[in-house]
Amino acid sequence: MIDSSLTELRAALDTGKTTSVELATLFLDRIERLNPDLNAFITIDRERALREAAAADARIARKDAGPLTGIPLAHKDVFCTEGVLTTCGSKMLANFVSPYDAHVVGKLRNAGVVMLGKTNMDEFAMGSSNENSHFGATKNPWDVTRIPGGSSGGSAAAVAARMVPLATGTDTGGSVRQPAAMTGVTGIKPTYGTVSRYGMIAYASSFDQAGVFAASAEDCAPVLSAMCGFDPRDSTSLERPGEDYGREIARTPTDPEKPLAGLRIGLPVEFFGEGLANDVRAAIEAALDAYRKLGATTVEVALPNAKLAIPAYYVLAPAEASTNLSRFDGVRYGHRAAEYTDLDDMYRKSRGEGFGAEVQRRILIGTYVLSHGYYDAYYLKAQKLRRLIASDFAHAFEACDVIAGPVSPTTAWKLGAKTDDPVQMYLSDIYTIAINLAGVPGVSLPCGFGADAMPVGLQLVGNHFDEARLLDVAHRYQQVTDWHRRRPEIAA
Amino acid sequence: MSLSLDEVRNIASLARIDLSDADAEATRDKLNGIFGLIEQMQAVDTDGVEPMSHPQETAQRLRDDRVTEGDRRDDFQRIAPQTEAGLYLVPRVIE
Repeated sequence: MIDSSLTELRAALDTGKTTSVELATLFLDRIERLNPDLNAFITIDRERALREAAAADARIARKDAGPLTGIPLAHKDVFCTEGVLTTCGSKMLANFVSPYDAHVVGKLRNAGVVMLGKTNMDEFAMGSSNENSHFGATKNPWDVTRIPGGSSGGSAAAVAARMVPLATGTDTGGSVRQPAAMTGVTGIKPTYGTVSRYGMIAYASSFDQAGVFAASAEDCAPVLSAMCGFDPRDSTSLERPGEDYGREIARTPTDPEKPLAGLRIGLPVEFFGEGLANDVRAAIEAALDAYRKLGATTVEVALPNAKLAIPAYYVLAPAEASTNLSRFDGVRYGHRAAEYTDLDDMYRKSRGEGFGAEVQRRILIGTYVLSHGYYDAYYLKAQKLRRLIASDFAHAFEACDVIAGPVSPTTAWKLGAKTDDPVQMYLSDIYTIAINLAGVPGVSLPCGFGADAMPVGLQLVGNHFDEARLLDVAHRYQQVTDWHRRRPEIAA
Repeated sequence: MSLSLDEVRNIASLARIDLSDADAEATRDKLNGIFGLIEQMQAVDTDGVEPMSHPQETAQRLRDDRVTEGDRRDDFQRIAPQTEAGLYLVPRVIE
């Protein structure tokens, strides 16, 4: 049951082979056994999970079940959950129990999922390695001396170790795709604005987007379908109806031998240049060969401004973060310093004690680039670069349907290897950040292993609102390969 | 560009973050490294390029001017560090 797909779990629940309470218990027991080694969860709520599972069983018994009813899931701790701790990986919110549910949490609860707990993450989703959590680093299930990727590393590690079959994440500069790649699971970040950000603790509002982790693209589809749709409570939520993201997967191809005949895959020269590790390159090339066998053709495309994505991102995202995080001042919620002399001193001490070093750094960068005299040189300049980068994608999609490339230049590195060098850490996101600047959707799917036996992820990028096709393209590859079925030893 | 220690202290003050002298020093070194990376932007000619603030370029949506939430003051004040008689308590600001 641990390795079952969502379809198999659904069938087992609907035919009475198992119950939601049994499933929840099975996965909760695994979480409690594996979490001391992996630290993938911040909060585990057995009592609540079993209560939700019993309610799901009642729904299934009265034939009122949807695709996700009774299926266990974990939420990244960035999503507010009513009555359950929501820490965002920070000392600032170490005791914060939200009075309301995030949109994503509410939608999935209505769909009948059973929340087993909240997963570990880089503080306020700022990081590429999951080492910035106030609750300690999450470990990679493939090698516990290595990082799982960030900032949704807890969710990715939890799915990789089969502590839970599904998990949510958020992706501001690659935080779903990069940990998915580094832990050997499938992860999708949809088009910006597709999923409401209501109740998702904000880092950088024009980038943050909720996503999904699962073992396969086929399993990601119904979760994303349940999460999406217009929400008037989020002013950046797009006024579009919900979608069935599994519709392309469900289609029967005209030629089963060449199900992707006619698909044009664009390969940006900038994603295959200097800096890409040879073992990662080899795995990506092999995946592209598999796609050619499935009938797709590959064409060279150019993203000439992609190299500017990291500098532009590290102006724009911290600028938005410095504004968003100003709400944490020790007045209405969150950490308040024990001793202070006046109101200003209370703000300074509460924020100095409550935020970790990386969060403080990004707030300082944001404060600086928005300050008088520097706004034009940094913030406005970065916004102009954002347009150039977005235009590159628009031009590329005139020549291709999907863009493919690596997720990360290397496999998961050793814990602590880059913690003293933020610039090196930032550069590890070189293939993911441009996608967030343009707001287009991206998927990471397992496509092999590096020389160190760590997973490698293939990134597929689509034009705006092309999630159904992206998941289909990933699914066709997963029908002829088994990388997504490989499990780390710890998950046995 | 290189930030001085005084500039780092000034930014921290604007951001309302208490930084010890040792932290300010370490932060300065890391910020200078990051700004070294950011400076690459300046080499690009962006004259005539329209700034982009939203990936879909949609305008901010306005909602009807009507109450959509109920009164949940107690729920929200329950998680506050200090409250009294339905008010958030902060240090005295007017003598």
